[in-house]
Formats: sequence, structure tokens, C-alpha cells
Amino acid sequence: MASEIVHVSGHIIDSLILPKVLDEIMDLDGTFEILEIAVGKRKTDTSSARLRVHATSQRHLDHILKRLARLGAMPLHLRDVRLARAPKEGVFPGAFYSTTNLPTDIRFRGRWRPVQSIEMDCGIVVNPSTGAARCTPMTSIRKGDWVVCGVEGIKVTPLERARVAEVFQFMTSAVSSEKPKAQLIERLAREMRSIKRARQKILVVAGPAVVHTGSGPYLERLIKAGFVQVLFAGNGLATHDIESALYGTSLGVRLDRGVAVKDGHDHHMRAINTIRQLGGIRHAVRRRMLRRGIMHACVKRRVPFILTGSIRDDGPLPDVITDTLKAQEAMRKQIPGVGLALMIASTLHAIATGNMLPATVKTVCVDINPAVVTKLSDRGTFQGIGIVSDSESFLRELVRALRL
Amino acid sequence: MCRPTYYRIAYEINPWMSLKRPARRRRAAAQWHRLHQLLTQDLGARVRLLAPRASVPDLVFTANAGLVAGRTLIRSNFRYPQRQLEEPVVERYFRRAGFGIVRLHERYRFEGEGDALWLGQTLVFGFRFRSDAPVHEELARRLRVRVLPVELADRRFYHLDTCFCPLDARSALWFPGAFDRYGRRVIEHLVARLISVSEADARRFVCNAIVINRAVVVQAGLSAGLRRRLTRLGLRVHQLDLSEFLKAGGSAKCLVLTLRRAQPQEERT
Repeated sequence: MASEIVHVSGHIIDSLILPKVLDEIMDLDGTFEILEIAVGKRKTDTSSARLRVHATSQRHLDHILKRLARLGAMPLHLRDVRLARAPKEGVFPGAFYSTTNLPTDIRFRGRWRPVQSIEMDCGIVVNPSTGAARCTPMTSIRKGDWVVCGVEGIKVTPLERARVAEVFQFMTSAVSSEKPKAQLIERLAREMRSIKRARQKILVVAGPAVVHTGSGPYLERLIKAGFVQVLFAGNGLATHDIESALYGTSLGVRLDRGVAVKDGHDHHMRAINTIRQLGGIRHAVRRRMLRRGIMHACVKRRVPFILTGSIRDDGPLPDVITDTLKAQEAMRKQIPGVGLALMIASTLHAIATGNMLPATVKTVCVDINPAVVTKLSDRGTFQGIGIVSDSESFLRELVRALRL
Repeated sequence: MCRPTYYRIAYEINPWMSLKRPARRRRAAAQWHRLHQLLTQDLGARVRLLAPRASVPDLVFTANAGLVAGRTLIRSNFRYPQRQLEEPVVERYFRRAGFGIVRLHERYRFEGEGDALWLGQTLVFGFRFRSDAPVHEELARRLRVRVLPVELADRRFYHLDTCFCPLDARSALWFPGAFDRYGRRVIEHLVARLISVSEADARRFVCNAIVINRAVVVQAGLSAGLRRRLTRLGLRVHQLDLSEFLKAGGSAKCLVLTLRRAQPQEERT
């Protein structure tokens, strides 16, 4: 759906210009909503109206707008965006426009152009020769880039409220641990199936608790069944997953019996060392040293995984990207095409990912701590549901609901 | 008015103009002269003359120069570049004559009295072919009157003054086929006594008439029926042959611009 706000004013009531504008929109198969109307009190007073015109496509909209322009109903956004050159590497011009995660269009040389890879808290760089607009984080700005400034000629489209009740509307209220989960997970499973059918990607962001709680095998099953297209995690998840694959323990605790084993505390260090020795997770899988687990499933199913480091990492594994900016860049590369993001038992990675996602991506945040779930919801993740749950019981239910 | 010294068909900017049908200058001069004589001598109008110029043959159609309100001229922004050359000529003349000049937003087109006609205290404004709809708001704001925009629907009647002619505050001559249904409803609602003309009369440009008090100056050849209806309204009909100007899509009204409106009797009392 394309839409535009138009303004018409003058003696538009007596002259039937306003009814004519509305008739024209309907005759051309468009729809409208009247946003504001101010009627003059005396005969000599003018009136004005502001309406939003909806059409099925941009072309259709342009066609309607052209006709309305003849009647004097003009789009409000008639001006092009203002561009200024970036003064330095990694520095926006002073009046730069800071983005939201909502679908955004800019008007450049008289045409509306969608901003690619929209993400919150970035700038918009325009290629003046092609008119292509791209959402660009501060660090990727090159000196001399043309950056959108001010607010004129920028159109942010709020997400439409779905007409039918969807799972992602189901829990738009405050996050609470006191909500029926089984039904919610059932609906989530349905959503995942339809996302898969639509050939969109499902992104999983997982914390090490997934392994600690013994739900690693469920995630592995999801990956093997093709319900995960991208995995974002830290050094912890990969390390404990590999530890459990090599030693059957997670942080020295046997996952099958739940008891600590003697000298188990160094298992994760030995696991890291082994992988470092082999040159990385992929090498370990290829040399059949790593034969089960989440990371193994990712390599086997060719699911890209981005492991990003943090300041308290042990090791880390050679696959972990320790340069934060490079890690952000690697994550950003995987975002296009994501339709659903599943964030399980992860705080920092989940928030980092949430910041990068356009508002159109549905997000599910699962954590035992309600504060984490709330925090993510508060960061402008529009289509999100929060589930306060232990990751093991959540994943077990999800795998069951998907009949895996 | 402006003498047709340099009047000729130099380009085609409306369906009436054809380079294949050139205007005969001497005949045009004679026709114009009779109109001038009729207005000044028989009807007692005071006529000021704008000096003709070779580069702007259509300057003779002074009605399109702008809209005069008091001592101010709201200058036209012509649609076609050929006629845009008239803008500075008109402006200079009015400035010297002591008028204030108002220029409209350059984005919008406006062709003066050709598209803006008074009906009592309401200004009827025709748009689409030569003038742009948004102009009506600026006119309303500047003149502090009600301006009713109506869309023209027939390319042959490209100016409002080719299909609509107020006779007094309550009656007008019109050709309904030149308007769309919205415009027709607006005019029907606005004008108490409407005289519809046939298409044949409309094509003879009878709506392009000059009304001075109770006299109507109109292109010769109007139908007997219409003449009767006008006479019945107490109007004296003066028929003039202006066929040379018809070749450029203009007639009596197009050749004059009102500098001061004679107040119709109804409004005076």
C-alpha cells in the first residue's frame, strides 16, 4: 500500500471541489481518510482539508495524485530531502536525520525512494547519481557521502494494525509471567511455518543458558528441520555447546544427570583449546572431531552463524569476532530477508540485534527474567511478543508444537 | 483595449487557431474599430488603449492580461510561452498608468479575466486548460471575496469567458456542455436565472459577450431564439461581426479588459 497526505484549501465546499476530490479518489479505486477539515464560517472565508490517500501501488498513487493536483489538492511533501556532505570519516553532517526502524521513504529529485536496510539510530546516505538511499550506521560513513539532513522530504510509515488478531498482537500488553504459554507457543509455531513457506528467514539469537538448561538438543532439532536460517550468539553458547558435544557437560555439569563431574570446571577451556588447535568450528566438524550439538548442526545445515565477542570471554573460539564494529557489520549482512527473530535467553545480543532489525520483523523474546523481555520491548520493537519462561521448557514446547 | 495592428495567427495554442487560416489584418482592424466605436460612442464606455507590439500578436486580447480590482492589477501568468511575452508589456503599461501590480505565485498559471468573471460579489473562476485551481485561494485571500473554482471540461471552451457570461448579479449566459457535472451544479446553484445556449451558438462564441449596463455586445449570427430571450430580459443586443478574431478563439469579451466595473442597477439600489 502506498499513501500520501494531500492538502486542499480555498472555497472548496461551495465549489464542490472537496466532494470532487473524494469522488475522484474513489473513481480511481483509491481510498482516503480525512485527517482534518476546517470549514470557513462566513461566505468569504476559505476552508481547508487534509486527507490521506491510499493506493495499491506507488504508480497507482502517482496516477491519483496527478489527477488531484489538477483540482488543487497537493501532496504535503512536495519538497525534496536536503542533503549535505559528511565532513569526516564516521561523522554525519550536523543536521543529519536520525532514523527509526520503521519503513522510510525519501523524496529525491521529485520521486519517492525507499530507504534500504532500515535500522534505528542511523543516517541515510543517498547516491546522487542513482538516487538510491541506504540506511547507514555512523561508523560506515565515508567522508563526502551525501547524507539526508532535516526532516523535509522524509516519510516514515507507521506499521498498520493487523485487521485480524495475530499472534504478534496477542501479547502487546505488558510482559507478564502469568500468561498461558502453550497456546502462545502453538500460534508461534504456526507463524514459523508460514514464514518458512514465504521463504523468509528465521533468525535465532541464543544465550549460553540454552545449553546450561539442557535445551541445546531442541535448538539442534529446529536447525536440522530448517526452522533456523541464521544464528547470532556469543562465545559462551558456542563454547558450552562444544563442551557438551565433546564431554557431555556444560560448565562441568553433566547434562544428562545434572551432577557436577570431577575436574569438570576446565572442560570448557579444554573445548576452546581443542577448537583453537583445529583452527575453528568448521574445521572441527570437517575433521569429525565435533559430531553433535548446535554448532555442528549449523555447519552441517550450512546455517550461517555470527559469534560475537565480549569483554569477559574465555578463549575465545577462533570463530568469534572480537572487533565490535566488525561484528555489527557481519550481523547487519545477515539481516535482509529476516521475517522472524527468536531471541532466547540472551540479553546483550538480543538487544544488539533488536536495534538492527526493521520494525517489520516480528520478534519473540524468551527469558526467565521479565526485565530482559521488557527491556527489549521498550526499545521500539513494534511487532514483538515477550515470553517469560525458562528456555528449556519453551524450546521443548516449541519443538513439540512443530511436531519435530 | 489594444489595436490589432500586429494581430495575426502566429501559432496554434487552442483548437480554433490554425496557421492554415490566417487572419486578414485589414478586416480585423475594421471589425475591431467598429467594436471600439460601439463601446465608446453608443454605449458611453471610456476605453483606454494599450500600445500594440509586433512581438505579441495576441496582445489584442486584453481580457487575458490580468484581473483589475480597484487600482490593482493581478497580473496573469500565461500558460504558453508565446503569450508569456505579454506579461512585461502589460505590467509596464499598468505601472505607468498608476496601478499597483500583484504577481501570483509563479508556479501557478492564471489568465486574468479570461478565467475570472464577477457575478455580483462572487468571482467565478474557471480552471484546467489555462488557469490552475490553486490560484483561486490566492484570489480569494487578496480580494477578500468568495471565489468559486469550476473545472472546464471542453477543450474548445478553454477560457471561462468562452462559455460563461454574467449578465447581471442574478443572471448569466452559459454553455453547460463546457463544464463537468460539479461545475454545472455550482453554477446552477449560484445563478438564479441561467440562459443556456445551444452548441451552435456557443461555437459562435456568443458567451464571449461584453455586457455594459443593459446592453450586450455579441458576435453576429446568434440564433433568433437566443436573441429573443435576451431581449425579454430587457437587454439591448448589439451584434457585431468579429469573425477575424474568432480564428484565434476569441470574440468581443476577449478584446476588452474591465478597468472599472459599471455597477448593475440591482446592486446599486
